[in-house]
Amino acid sequence: MVEIRWHSRAGQGAVTGAKGLGSVVATTGKEVQAYALYGSAKRGAAMNAYNRIDDEIITNQETKMFPDYVFVIDPALAFSDDITKNDKPDTQYIITTHLSKEDLIAQIPALQDKADRTFVVDCMQISLDTIGRAMPNTPILGAFMKVSKMYELDFFLDNMKKVLEKFPQKIIDANMDAITRAYNEVK
Amino acid sequence: MAKEFELNDVEVWDGNYAASQALRQAQIDVVAAYPITPSTPIVEGYGAYVANGYVDGEFVMVESEHGAMSGCVGAAAAGGRVATATSSQGFALMAEVLYQASGMRLPIVMTVVNRALASPLNVRGDHSDMYLGRDSGWIQIDAFNAQEAYDLALCAFRIGEHKDVRLPVMMHQDGFTTSHKAQNVYPLKDSVAYKFVGDFVPVDDMLDFSRPVTHGAQTEEDWHYEHKAKQHKALMDSRTVIDDVFAEFKEITGREYKRVESYMMEDAEVALVLLGSSVETAVLAAKQLREEEGLKVGVVAPRCFRPFPYDLVREALDVPSLKSVCCLDKSAPGGAMGALFNEVSAAAYSTKARPMMTNYIYGLGGRDFAVDEAKRIMREQKAHADAGHITTDIQQFSGLRGPKLGFFKTRRD
Repeated sequence: MVEIRWHSRAGQGAVTGAKGLGSVVATTGKEVQAYALYGSAKRGAAMNAYNRIDDEIITNQETKMFPDYVFVIDPALAFSDDITKNDKPDTQYIITTHLSKEDLIAQIPALQDKADRTFVVDCMQISLDTIGRAMPNTPILGAFMKVSKMYELDFFLDNMKKVLEKFPQKIIDANMDAITRAYNEVK
Repeated sequence: MAKEFELNDVEVWDGNYAASQALRQAQIDVVAAYPITPSTPIVEGYGAYVANGYVDGEFVMVESEHGAMSGCVGAAAAGGRVATATSSQGFALMAEVLYQASGMRLPIVMTVVNRALASPLNVRGDHSDMYLGRDSGWIQIDAFNAQEAYDLALCAFRIGEHKDVRLPVMMHQDGFTTSHKAQNVYPLKDSVAYKFVGDFVPVDDMLDFSRPVTHGAQTEEDWHYEHKAKQHKALMDSRTVIDDVFAEFKEITGREYKRVESYMMEDAEVALVLLGSSVETAVLAAKQLREEEGLKVGVVAPRCFRPFPYDLVREALDVPSLKSVCCLDKSAPGGAMGALFNEVSAAAYSTKARPMMTNYIYGLGGRDFAVDEAKRIMREQKAHADAGHITTDIQQFSGLRGPKLGFFKTRRD
């Protein structure tokens, strides 16, 4: 079982991202869950989304989880959210930030002893450059593919295209660029 | 003619979307609805299917849930396949018309996304609305996850519209936990799903002008009692139809449903009885406790809440090794023992084993039900079994903050 907790703001596409990841994973014969805990349901409010991935049918309907991966897709939430809540000794963190890994960790006490399992990528800048607006949900998945080695990049891109097929080609292409850049740039 | 909707063998859908797809595949003639959180996407989805040509039907916007159910009653009496969706306050506002629908024997299908009732206002999932429908004369079937929300919505039409049943059916799923959680769903092709549901066969439809009928008549002490008794008998007799529809559904999908689901009960010493999405969490907890601590735990889950499966609950609990059973109610009991506790206890009383019965209230307003908490409750049942008597209050509260709350002890004098 792989469990992922997303830290996001409502409107940044964490639910769509979690469902998109779930849809790609489900095509490979695995079982998935993608869900969210909505706060006050206002744009900009901090919220969590979640993924569970397993080879067996997933019957755990508990909301809380002990994540294997934590995605922080809004830079400020790394500072204001309890991002290490319910973590495990091997929980890995993928954080959107313009800071270097060292500068980020220096400012967040909870990450002090987790440098070897903290990864940074600037999904905000990447999505501004490629998609044209701050939409960090798809690039974070590129970074996740690199960190987790779950799937080859090309395989993931091909399947993600199918998930996005209702969108115009321009938007699909921009998302593919964003995922690829985050895959290459995550440190 | 409605367009076919392209579906993959496996989709990642949440419970709402799954239910809306089932309504589309059943080709409902009329949906009259007043959307309410968390069931909104079901009727929203149906509206989109109508607008985009995937359903040959009518979406009727109304001014309230009372109007929504009234619209459904009218359309169903006229002779159409009718469905709607609601939750919580909307369900409460429908209450009066729910009894009209069942008394008029109209096979409306309502996909209910269970949500707490105010006050305090709360949009999250508990079973307050489902319990409110208990005596309304509807068949109530409970889905524990998104796949089941899809499957059982299809079954609901077959059951309610069956000529020997002719009763409205509620298909319940848990707000947010199921309605907003996407998971693998294996849908049927449109043609297969429709073939399973079948063409709608009207009975005594008002629009058949060659054979005028009266719907919604008044009866006083002369006939009312007989009508209600016949209605009750129809509900009781629907048990075999439900079993048959589930069996037929298994033939085409391989997915098996029973009026009472029972897990690891063969040698169980203690058991939990509960409803909804928490069943899945409890089964997981029971499996883990069996592996980790060798504790013989089972889980029993009434899939069919109405008609209450007194027969099958008794059968599930009639296990010689069974010593202690805890019934968990996800609805504020309002000054009584939980309703599930009362009904299951009555069935357990007629078993040979007569296990000790305890009650937990849990999960109100969407309070998370944890695997660890399920295990704690299971261990507590084991303590009762070992002591030979109930070691706690009979009714307790799970996951409640503040001072411990409990009521009633076994009399041991």
